Amino acid sequence: MSALHNFLFIAVPYMAVAVFLVGVVYRYRVAPFTVSSLSSQFLETKDLFWGSVPFHVGMIVILILHLAAFLFPQTLLAWNSYPVRLLILEITGFAFGLSFLFGSMALLIRRVTNPRIRAVTTWMDVAVELLLFFQILFGCMIAVGYRWGSSWFASDLSPYLWSLVKLDPHTDALKAMPLMVQAHVVGAFLVVLILPFTRLMHLLVAPFHYLLRPFQLVIWNWDRKAMNDPGSPWNKHKPRNT
Amino acid sequence: MDIRSQISMVFHLDKCIGCHTCSIACKNIWTDRKGAEYMWWNNVETKPGTGYPSKWEDQNIYKGGWEKQKNTIKLRAGKGKGLLNIFHNPHMPTIDDYYEPFTYKYLDLIKSPAGDMQPTARPISLITGKPMDIKMGPNWDDDLSGTPDFARQDPNLKGLTAAEAEAMFQLEKMALFYLPRICNHCLNPACVAACPSGAIYKRGEDGVVLINQDVCRAWRMCVTACPYKKSYYNWNNGKSEKCILCYPRIEAGLAPACMHSCVGRIRYLGVLLYDADRIHETASCQETDLVNTQLSIIMDPHDLEVIRAAKANGIADSTLKAAQDSPVYRFVKTWGLALPLHPEYRTLPMLFYVPPLLPVMASVTQSGDEEQKKKLNKISKVWDDKWLYDTSMENIWGTIDEMRFPLKYLANLFSAGDEAQVKIRVKKLMAVRMHRRHVTVGDIPEKKAAEALGETGLTPEAADAIYGLTSLAKFDDRFVIPPAHREQALELLEDTGDLKGKAGFGTKQPPERGL
Repeated sequence: MSALHNFLFIAVPYMAVAVFLVGVVYRYRVAPFTVSSLSSQFLETKDLFWGSVPFHVGMIVILILHLAAFLFPQTLLAWNSYPVRLLILEITGFAFGLSFLFGSMALLIRRVTNPRIRAVTTWMDVAVELLLFFQILFGCMIAVGYRWGSSWFASDLSPYLWSLVKLDPHTDALKAMPLMVQAHVVGAFLVVLILPFTRLMHLLVAPFHYLLRPFQLVIWNWDRKAMNDPGSPWNKHKPRNT
Repeated sequence: MDIRSQISMVFHLDKCIGCHTCSIACKNIWTDRKGAEYMWWNNVETKPGTGYPSKWEDQNIYKGGWEKQKNTIKLRAGKGKGLLNIFHNPHMPTIDDYYEPFTYKYLDLIKSPAGDMQPTARPISLITGKPMDIKMGPNWDDDLSGTPDFARQDPNLKGLTAAEAEAMFQLEKMALFYLPRICNHCLNPACVAACPSGAIYKRGEDGVVLINQDVCRAWRMCVTACPYKKSYYNWNNGKSEKCILCYPRIEAGLAPACMHSCVGRIRYLGVLLYDADRIHETASCQETDLVNTQLSIIMDPHDLEVIRAAKANGIADSTLKAAQDSPVYRFVKTWGLALPLHPEYRTLPMLFYVPPLLPVMASVTQSGDEEQKKKLNKISKVWDDKWLYDTSMENIWGTIDEMRFPLKYLANLFSAGDEAQVKIRVKKLMAVRMHRRHVTVGDIPEKKAAEALGETGLTPEAADAIYGLTSLAKFDDRFVIPPAHREQALELLEDTGDLKGKAGFGTKQPPERGL
C-alpha cells in the first residue's frame, strides 16, 4: 500500500509537472500550428452556449479558489474564521462547481450526440472530457460529503503541495484523507500530465495581451531602409509575428 | 506624410458575366481541402441578393466593421466585448449561414446492384459523410433564383420605397448584376483589430492582409469582425483562413489566380500609394465624406513631394514606377470611375468597383403610347406589348433618372447611400459610350457626344483612354505588378540568410488538426 501511495502521491505529481513543463515548451515551439482552442462553434452554436459558458466560467472561479487555497492558505483560513464568510465562500464555490459540472455534462452530451461535432472529435477529446467530468464530479461530491473543504484544503492539503514544491514530500495528511479526496488529487495531477498532449493547451495561450496591444498590426518583412544602406550590418534576425 | 504602397484592385462590373471562373481558379489552388470546402475566398454574388454567407451585409446580425463614435471609431465586435464573448460568440455565422459542403456518391451509379429503379447519386455531407438534403450552396441565388427568399431580403434595399423595391422584381423589369468579391485587403482592417492572438497582420511592403497559421488559436473573432465575411474558419484544423491575394504568385510577378483566369477581363491590379498617417482620421470621418476622404489619402505617384516621401520610406523605384503605371490609380483617381464596396464599414477597403451601367441603361415604361415609340431611333428595341424598353440616347441623362435599377440601391452598395457619387460615375460611363458611339458608328452627333463629355468633365482623350483600358487592355495593361525584389529576400516572409544551403521553404509541418 505504501509503495502505491508513494507512486500516486509523490511520483505521479513530479512526473506530471516534468512532462507538463517539457511538453508545453516543446509543443509551443515545435508544433505551434497544433495549438488551437479547436472551437466547434462554427458547426453548432446553440447547444455550445449552454455547455461552453457555464463550463468555462465555473472552471475559472474553481481554478482561482484552488490556487488561492494552495498559495495563500493562511489568508484563506483567516477569512474562514468567521462562519458567515466561510458559508459565503463555500456556497459561492459550490455554485460555480455545479456550473462547471453542468457545462462539462452539456459539452459531453453535445459531443456524443451531434453528428457534426462527432466528425471533429478525436479520441483525445473524449479522454480529456471524461477525465475532466469525473474530476469535477468528484470535486462536487467532496464539497457535499466532506464539508468545509476550503478550510481543510488550506490547513492539510496545502502543506502537502508545498512539501512537493520544497522537494521534501510529506504524504501523511493525504494518506489519512478519504479515498475520494485522494482520487481528486491524483486526477488533478493527471490533468496536468496530459495537458500538453491535448486541446487544453489553449488555456496557456489565453489572449490577455490583446487588451494591451494596438488595434492594427503591420509587419515589415525586411527593413528596406537599413538594407539599402551599405553602412548597416547584415541582419540575420527576421521579424517575428508572435 | 507616411507613404506606403498597397497592391490594390479594380473590378469593372459592367464586364462581369457571372461565369464563376475566378471562384473555381481560386478554389482549385487554395481551398480544395478538408475543412475549407465551404470557403470561397473569391465568390461571385448576384445582386440583389443576400450573398454569401447569407445576409453578410447586415451588421445588426454579424457586428462587422467599425462604427463612428463622436470623433473616433469603435470596433463593432469590441475588444473587451470580444474577450467576454470568447467562450461563445453570439455574432458568429455558422456553417448553415454559408452552406453544408457536399459531394455525390457517384460510385453508386456504377456499383449499385441491378434493380427496378435507376440508381441515383445521393448527396453526401462532406462534414459527417452521411446522406443529406442540400439546402444551400455558395451561389444558391445565382441569377435571381429563389428571389422571394434571397433577393427580397437584400439589406441594400433599405431606403428604397416599397414600390421601387417591388418594381425591381417584376418579371418584365427584372434587372441584376454580378458582384465578384475577394478580401479587400483594407487599410483599416477590422479582422486585424479583432484578433485576440494578434495572428492577423498587414504586410508593410504590399499591404496584403494575412493570418499567421502558427499564431491563430481559433478565437474566431475575425469571422465576426470582418464586415465582408472574408475571413473563414476552418472547422477541421481549427484555424482561420482568408484570401492571401495569391502572394506567392504576386511575388513571382504573376497575377492572382482569380484575376489571371477572369474571362470577362474585368479585373485590374496595381499599386496605390497612400498616406498611412491619415488612416485613422479618414476612417472616422463623416458618413457623407466617406468616399471622398478615402480617395483623398490615395496620393498622386507623379507628385514629386509624394515620390520624395515614398523614397524616404524605402519604397523601391520599381514600385514607384508600377504606381505610376497603375491601372487602378487611373480608374480610381484620374478618371474617378471606381468606388469602394460599403465604405460605411470604415475599414477603408482597397478593392474598388466600377459601378454597372448595363442594368441602368434601359428604362422600362409601361406604355401603349404609339407617340412614344415613334420618338425612338432605329436601334432602340421595341417590345411589341405594353412594355417599352427605351435604350435611346435622345435625352442625354434621361435613362439614368428613370432606370431599371434605382440609383439608391447602387449607392447603398458603393457609396454609403450617397447617390451623387454613383450618378456622376454612371454618367461618365454613359458619356464614354456616347463618345465612342459617335466615333465608331456615327449616329450620335458630335455636338451631343461633346456635350455629354463636357458635362462629366472628361476630355475626348480621357474618354478614349477609358475605352482603351476597359475594352482593349492587354494582360500587362491590366496587371501592373511591382517586382518583389527577391534579390533582397528569397521570399517576403523568409530571409535569404536563413535559407542559404537549404532546400525549399514554407510550412514544414503538415497542417493537421492538433489533439
